[in-house]
Amino acid sequence: MPLRLYQHKQLMLKILKYSFYDLMRSRWSYVYFLFYLALGFVLLFLNNDLSKAVITLMNVIIVLVPLISTIFGVMYFYNSKEFTELLLAQPLKRSSIFLGQYLGVASSLTMSLIFGLGIPFVLYGLFRSDTIWDFSLLLITGAFLTLIFTALAFNIALSNENKIKGFGYAVLLWLFLAVIYDGLFLLSLIVFEDYPLDSYSLVATMFNPIDLSRTLILLKLDISALLGYTGAVFKSFFGTNLGLLVSIAMLLIWTILPIWRLAYKSKRKDF
Amino acid sequence: MIVFKLPLTVFILFMGASLWGKTIEVCSSCKVKSIKEGVALATDFDTLLVKKGTYREFNIVIDKPLTLMGEEFPVIDGEDQGEIITITSDNVTVDGLFIINVGTSYTSDYAAIRVVKSKNFLIQNVVLEKLFFGIYLEKSQNGRVYHNNIVGDAVEEFNSGNGIQLWYCQNIEVDQNIVQHVRDGIYLEFSDNITIKNNTSSNNVRYGLHFMFSNDDIYENNHFENNGAGVAVMFSKKIRMLNNVFRKNWGTASFGLLLKEINDAEISGNTFEENTIGINIEGSNRIAYENNGFIKNGWAIKVRGACYTNSFRNNNFLYNSFDISYNSKLNDNVFEKNYWSNYTGYDLDKDGIGDVPYRPVKLFSYIVNRTPETIVLLRSLFMDIIDFSEKVSPVFTPDNLLDAMPLMKKSE
Repeated sequence: MPLRLYQHKQLMLKILKYSFYDLMRSRWSYVYFLFYLALGFVLLFLNNDLSKAVITLMNVIIVLVPLISTIFGVMYFYNSKEFTELLLAQPLKRSSIFLGQYLGVASSLTMSLIFGLGIPFVLYGLFRSDTIWDFSLLLITGAFLTLIFTALAFNIALSNENKIKGFGYAVLLWLFLAVIYDGLFLLSLIVFEDYPLDSYSLVATMFNPIDLSRTLILLKLDISALLGYTGAVFKSFFGTNLGLLVSIAMLLIWTILPIWRLAYKSKRKDF
Repeated sequence: MIVFKLPLTVFILFMGASLWGKTIEVCSSCKVKSIKEGVALATDFDTLLVKKGTYREFNIVIDKPLTLMGEEFPVIDGEDQGEIITITSDNVTVDGLFIINVGTSYTSDYAAIRVVKSKNFLIQNVVLEKLFFGIYLEKSQNGRVYHNNIVGDAVEEFNSGNGIQLWYCQNIEVDQNIVQHVRDGIYLEFSDNITIKNNTSSNNVRYGLHFMFSNDDIYENNHFENNGAGVAVMFSKKIRMLNNVFRKNWGTASFGLLLKEINDAEISGNTFEENTIGINIEGSNRIAYENNGFIKNGWAIKVRGACYTNSFRNNNFLYNSFDISYNSKLNDNVFEKNYWSNYTGYDLDKDGIGDVPYRPVKLFSYIVNRTPETIVLLRSLFMDIIDFSEKVSPVFTPDNLLDAMPLMKKSE
């Protein structure tokens, strides 16, 4: 490995570590962890049934994980601004500073999610039940959503000096992708119901990471309902592994694009 | 009277065989080399003992009361020429044969074993492969089809036959058979007082079990899996469907159970698991659904219309994408004391019954009925919000369609 690249990587890891420990000390990741822990236990206590809890959890994950990641990402970015500016004064590569911070936040959030939900489910006998695949898929999508929405939040914060504006945009982004997008989507489907819509509806799903994660989970939980629709495109998408592969590929793109923009913008930004 | 007749005749038959019937052995080295020859030589109530070997024969007509007994599953190869065994006499037993290569025809329904206008027959331990129609019972009574194994190779509906077919039959018992890869596993037309139990019917091109114009029949403890479309019960009265399992019937026109023009039936103790549609109901009245389990279906119950005075009690609805789907605003059916896994109410007085009624029909299921592509929005937050508002003040769903006494725990 060339020396410069090696240094860059070392530096990024250092900043990642710093952000990570910073979050650990700041209690926020504990709060997040405890929240998921409590949620997991309460769900299992109320339902006493793994497969039902997995369904409820799905609803929680596709709504709450993006919200928390967005808010947390924006908050962290603004809070550590002074430290960032201090780092910027040093002869360090910019992209490694921001990527390091981003990865620190995203990984601590992901770990809180995985351990917070994992522990109660494992204690309730996850390994002995057949829902383990549904559950791991749930955690994987949760992790993806954390990565995506933290990156989006960092992008918003980087582009907005004004904190209030930044927060506003972040919440709006969440609201749009979690609720409004689906509303418009539904409306468009009903308005154009006379036309063949199966390809359109699948493509429209791809443009929203929340819908995408939902589709991924639907493939596991509701495959029998999805196959009820007459349409060759649907059939090849949901009936084979194509749906799974395409969804995961799209989630990867959704993760990489904002991270790339973060690195790109951070290089050019005037502080 | 009829009930007593069957065991009695079987008894007499066995007595007959041992007391005054003689046994004719059929094998390649015996005096009698073919089954046809054996039938011609035999007198009433004889036993034909077919030894191990391959017999290339078809159109074997059994026109006298005989017992056709195979030893170590002799193979009767029809070489795709036509029908193999035709039974036209009363009191015939066929036991332990391996019949293959039934001819395919588009003008006549060739069967491996056909029973025509006969009484008191018994067909058991028969293995059928490469068949067109398997066991075809025609205008026959008081018979038993027991413990047979039928494996076809059907791919298309138009050039394949049914595993076990009953046409104008009465008082027949179909028990412990395995039917796979044919068109309809078991098919009944104009057949009354039939008992179908402990059978396994799977991977068939069309239906696992199919009723047409047949009344007063009962089927219980059967297992139907991965058929083109589960079980279809059409234009029949007083059918009892008990303790069957319907699994994994997936596809656009697939269901566990299809009811069309069915009156006064009883459906209880059945399990519907992972079907696209658990039960599809059309024009069916006065049916009692009790103690059934609906697990992980796309639609547990789809009501297509013209269904009146049905009652659903003590059923378990677990993790279905949609519990009930209706396409009209009219409701005359009763839902009571079912367990719904989607129920979110509470039970303050601790009597095991939820204090808030449960509305099993979601607004979303109406939207999906209208625009099927919207299914991709299943379980989205937006849909949940819409469903919630509909639940609070029903506009599109029938106002009285609710379970006023939902159970808090699964009913046993």
